[in-house]
Amino acid sequence: MFRRLHDAGGQSVTIDFEGDALQVGAQETVAAALMAAGAGHSRTTPVSGAPRLPFCMMGVCFDCLVEIDGVPNKQACMETVREGMKIRRQDGKRRLDP
Amino acid sequence: MSETVDLLIIGGGPAGLAAAVEADGLGLSVLLLDEQTEPGGQIYRGIESVHPDTLTVLRDDYAQGASLAEAFRRSGSTYRPGATVWRVDEDGSVAYSQDGKGATATGKRVLVATGALERPMPIPGWTLPGVMSAGGAQVLLKSAGMVPSGRVAVAGCGPLALLITQQLISAGANVVALLETTRAGDYLSATPHLFGALSAGSYLRKGRRMRRDIKRADVPIHSGVSDLAAIGEGTLSAVAFSRDGARTELAVDTLLLHIGVVPNTQITRQVFCEHEWYAPQRYWRPVRDDWGATSQAQIAVAGDGGGIDGAAAAALHGRLAALDAACRQGKIELAERNRRADPIRYELAGHQAIRPLLDTLFPPPQDLCAPPDDATLVCRCEEISAGDIREAVALGAMGPNQLKAFTRCGMGPCQGRMCGLTVAELVAQAKGESVEDVGYYRIRPPIKPVTMGELAAMADD
Repeated sequence: MFRRLHDAGGQSVTIDFEGDALQVGAQETVAAALMAAGAGHSRTTPVSGAPRLPFCMMGVCFDCLVEIDGVPNKQACMETVREGMKIRRQDGKRRLDP
Repeated sequence: MSETVDLLIIGGGPAGLAAAVEADGLGLSVLLLDEQTEPGGQIYRGIESVHPDTLTVLRDDYAQGASLAEAFRRSGSTYRPGATVWRVDEDGSVAYSQDGKGATATGKRVLVATGALERPMPIPGWTLPGVMSAGGAQVLLKSAGMVPSGRVAVAGCGPLALLITQQLISAGANVVALLETTRAGDYLSATPHLFGALSAGSYLRKGRRMRRDIKRADVPIHSGVSDLAAIGEGTLSAVAFSRDGARTELAVDTLLLHIGVVPNTQITRQVFCEHEWYAPQRYWRPVRDDWGATSQAQIAVAGDGGGIDGAAAAALHGRLAALDAACRQGKIELAERNRRADPIRYELAGHQAIRPLLDTLFPPPQDLCAPPDDATLVCRCEEISAGDIREAVALGAMGPNQLKAFTRCGMGPCQGRMCGLTVAELVAQAKGESVEDVGYYRIRPPIKPVTMGELAAMADD
């Protein structure tokens, strides 16, 4: 888990992670916000169901895949948070709407 | 809609930014595509928005990125942030996605400035939540002003391992140990390079200062550790290591791994540039001439993506590539190109003087290049272990590409970025061949995932 060295001050937004409202810095990536929230894990793997958290934070490892506003397979480290954004853990393989 | 520019730059780190500024000044039309939302790349990540206190922690080397980003903003270059390139063709056409839409652009010359990525450091348990790359933690510090909140250990080797340790301590993180894989023997074999490195004295002083700062903070530096392992059920609880024949287990909440950086060759491989094996640091790099020109007529490379030289050198490589692009397009004469390059090359030599020392002092440890424990995961995406790779080779898999068919390693979403070097090393070891002969994955487009929606959007324009 990570902690913020500074208060985001006025520049914060509220996002929804698995039903919990999180107040986060407006310029943070989704991955950073989840690291600071103590998300425990942000996805489980499609192969063994093992829990994972973001690893590289620069778009390389794809361990931070989450569902953002209903769209699966999003790299949390490459997305900046937005007010009202809804984030869900990606459990196993991504699901596509029929 | 497809646009054509004189110089299309991929990547907004020091090499790409410096190239854009230079090329713009020489009268070339410039388009810079970058995956990030702000200029700076990973080394100067968050340079335009960093909190003043964090800037103090990150120190002068980082702060230098600000003037580069500023010069870039002032230039007439077209800047497209948040643009993910997923295909480059030999004729200079580049496909990318931005804001959920696919698009193409063509560069009369294309400069690949996609920098470096951290060498994979496969140890038992490295997929556990709580284990992270040291570079990842540094990105969190630079871009979000965050530090790990519990007990932290940094393990591995190389300048960045020292730097992140020093920065985390100075930011107030509870660093409980630096576990260095560097052995006394590495220091001895590096001594002959010390004289050559003296001309890069500032790097040597920086290295000494980092070690001194870490020691002054009473953070123990354990050198010559081996058999590193991350331990925990579902999440990290400890790091284990061997040293002088004794096994130690240290309770930690965060373990940061780092054994150096290697060129990010995804694009240069995808567009069929020739690559060569750089033995001292055990990585592949595109073959390039003194101006960054690759074996592909329209494609150049600058910065760490062409070989690890560091951020300051990357900017100089970028300027050289821009001069060459201007010369090729008739904006300056050959003699003018060479004249302007002279002072840049002089400065570049000063930065490169440190490399033989660093390369010898921090070789990637053999047991981390090719993990000996069969259970260690190598391909994080498809969860393929070192044992799986060895078994497939025993069954007749010829090399990295055939291993995909045997095991699916390298076929997950990261497309081999996290396992490619390890797989090549394991195959080489198992077959008793050189990594150079074993080769690397064939990288095919799209080199980043692209949705049908992004592709469909291309047809609308």
